Amino acid sequence: MVTLNDVYIIGAGETKFGELWDKSLRELAVEAGLKAVEDAGVYTKDIDILYGSNTLGAGISYQNDIGSLISDFSGIAADHIPALRVEASTASGAAAIREAYLSIRSGEYNVAMIGGVEKLTDIYGSEILDKTSTLLDSEWEAFFGATPAAVAALTARKYMKDFNVSKEVLARISVNDHENASKNPDAQFRNRISVETALNSLPVAEPLNIMDCSPIGDGAAALLLASEEFVKKNKIDGVRIIASSIAQDFLALHSRESIYRLDSTVIAARKALEKAGIRNDQIGMVELHNSYSIYGLIALEDLGFAEKGKAKDLVEADIKLDGRIPVNPSGGLKAKGNPFGATGVGQAVEAYLQFKNRAGERQIKGLEYAMLHNMGGSGSTSIVHILGGA
Amino acid sequence: MSGIVSYGSYIPKYRIKPEEIARIWGENPEHIKKGLYILSKSVPAPDEDTATIAVEAARNAVKRGRINVKDIGAIFVGSESHPYAVKPTATIVASALGVDFSLFSADYEFACKAGTAAIQNAKAMVDAGYIKLGMAIGSDTSQGAPGDALEYSASAGGTAIIIGKDNVIAEINHTLSVTSDTPDFWRREGQPYPTHGERFTGEPAYFKHVMSAAKLLMERANSEPGDYRYAVFHQPNGKFPSRAAKKLGFTEEQFKTGLLTPYIGNTYSGSMMTGLSAVLDEASPGDRILAVSFGSGAGSDAFDITVTEHIDDMERESASTIKQFLNNVEYVDYSIYAKFKKKIVFGGNLE
Amino acid sequence: MGELSRIWRESDHRYRLVAHECGNCKRIFFPPRDVCPICHRDSIGKMREVELSGKGTISSFTVVHDSPRAFKRQRPYVLALIDLDEGPTITAQIVDTPLDQIEIGKRVHSVFRRIHEDGPGGIIQYGYKFAVDLS
Repeated sequence: MVTLNDVYIIGAGETKFGELWDKSLRELAVEAGLKAVEDAGVYTKDIDILYGSNTLGAGISYQNDIGSLISDFSGIAADHIPALRVEASTASGAAAIREAYLSIRSGEYNVAMIGGVEKLTDIYGSEILDKTSTLLDSEWEAFFGATPAAVAALTARKYMKDFNVSKEVLARISVNDHENASKNPDAQFRNRISVETALNSLPVAEPLNIMDCSPIGDGAAALLLASEEFVKKNKIDGVRIIASSIAQDFLALHSRESIYRLDSTVIAARKALEKAGIRNDQIGMVELHNSYSIYGLIALEDLGFAEKGKAKDLVEADIKLDGRIPVNPSGGLKAKGNPFGATGVGQAVEAYLQFKNRAGERQIKGLEYAMLHNMGGSGSTSIVHILGGA
Repeated sequence: MSGIVSYGSYIPKYRIKPEEIARIWGENPEHIKKGLYILSKSVPAPDEDTATIAVEAARNAVKRGRINVKDIGAIFVGSESHPYAVKPTATIVASALGVDFSLFSADYEFACKAGTAAIQNAKAMVDAGYIKLGMAIGSDTSQGAPGDALEYSASAGGTAIIIGKDNVIAEINHTLSVTSDTPDFWRREGQPYPTHGERFTGEPAYFKHVMSAAKLLMERANSEPGDYRYAVFHQPNGKFPSRAAKKLGFTEEQFKTGLLTPYIGNTYSGSMMTGLSAVLDEASPGDRILAVSFGSGAGSDAFDITVTEHIDDMERESASTIKQFLNNVEYVDYSIYAKFKKKIVFGGNLE
Repeated sequence: MGELSRIWRESDHRYRLVAHECGNCKRIFFPPRDVCPICHRDSIGKMREVELSGKGTISSFTVVHDSPRAFKRQRPYVLALIDLDEGPTITAQIVDTPLDQIEIGKRVHSVFRRIHEDGPGGIIQYGYKFAVDLS
């Protein structure tokens, strides 16, 4: 009988998310990494492996081998600690967490470091859309003029029609993000916005406005994961990862069974809850992947918080910080920001801070379980983590 | 003897009126409307070019004639605006139709008569027994320099004619050509817009060649204007073809069906062929057609055609008719026209 | 710059909507697939080419304002999901149709258009777009 190790987050750090003009890809990674190492109180000799997560480094910064890059400029190259990059589109961050989790859970390693980083502002003008569109099926979506926003808009238009959902409902997902981000010093946007502001913002891909879309920004987030053995030996009060699950779907939206049901999310969430052995209503906060407001709305349904078409009933009260199921206390992808490779790692940083009662003004009280949902592209990959418990 | 077994056309849906062009250049639109008899011209969308127009016309011809594309042994595309200087439009058409790898093909250039030269060559190859069916296309997205008189007329459109021996809907009884070295209109390699000799394009160029070719053809066919139900001429504007027709002894009744330039402008290589397409849309068995193209530089190709009873077996409405193209239109202003025609130029690497 | 074989390889599919049919379950897939996602190994070696009619119905659409560089001149343009009559759903632009005539459920047909060009000196990439049928 094989015994699997329990895995804990023992340290976290992140940079501010946003337009960080004076910082390079490597500087961002190092800044977040050092914060996490300091926070965890570990030393280079303790780290068994490093997982870097990054999505568009090759396209924007002309840099591959992000694992070695981070290792090198973190000053640990001479220690020859294994380092590699994990890429799963915009779910790269959670994918790196999951790889680190598995490496410890299997017994291979005791301490794994995760560094998620993205530098999106090093190209200007609409060229960024050429790059972000590579997250789609480049031959059969992007080739014909699809952008990530346009694909989200295709989902939004049909969803809104079939379930009689207004743009105001979508806007409330973004309004909630901005409200929470106003309490997060690391967030890209700390201004509150009104539903009217969101509705009157510039169209990007109708029916989605700019306030339905997560911004272009830079950032890095880092975590240290450790085995139960390491935690006990060093008397560290970590936050346990009680479930990690991943599921895929067709790469292109047009090949999926439904254009407004994220099957990868449905399956990843169901598996995660099963593994955690808890019910959906025990979740005290969720960080979900609202790269576009519509995804926030349908993810609420596909993660199990509402029936299909009914998430609109949650957006006015339930999703708020003091609501039944607080959504994106960090400020989410819309307002905290969405630096792809760092996004999923940043979600875990938020949950860690919440569990450690270090979330300041946005602190959720009596948190027992947190759910993290990181998604690749338009739903080709979904990764769900559940944290907390005894 | 071989003849036309099917035909198909394509005209972009956008139009601009002379009033709108004249507004930009401070000219009197009435002079254009009356002097050139152009009431609107077609404008290609920004994602249309000679190849896309040729493909749409070719597909309409295939559809209308219920042609098995594997029977097409030659594709020749005439144009003065091929999208590539080197890389034949015919290859793109062949691929889009899915014709056999074993294929004769080439692009032709002879100003506005490259498409009709293609008809003659396709016919020659069918008659010689080299191929079963040959496709000839005249297609253009012609260029007129901003502010030039050509800007009122240079338009976009094209027609594909399939030549064969079986189920011929219109026999080509005779064809001949005239050619001379006449510099009435030209475009040097690398230049974006053509240059023309203004009034020199009339008597020594258009009229001399069109009328000579028409007369020679009628001599050879031993015919006279009264023998024809329809007459179609190259139509750089609305005036030239009417004047040539009348001087030759044709009446308006004979040439009005094929005279499209007042509504779509000059589609260059597509011009006479698209006029012929409009005639075939309504012609009846036994109708005789005189068709004469003109290409600057200069030359004319003339055709004596007789419609057969097979035209009644053809579902002519199964592909878009010229009337449908004339009815489904959207007018644009000069700004949109300039954007579509890439007269608005993005700097650097913005496109 | 420099795109060539990647584009050329897909010509048949983009010019003529050549799809793949699974010889096992008869489902039709576009874009073409070498393995049927339903029949899996039972479909190996049984996927064969079929040409689609280009007829279909709009199942969703968006008007794109924020576009990649290649599509700037066409802004705003309509991108749609189209349910083709033979089964597959594809992503494509809708052209030549006034915005107020584009609705979910409208019938469309394919047209042959330029998609991009690889700068002023590179190759021109052609493919399918769609237009709403004239009623």
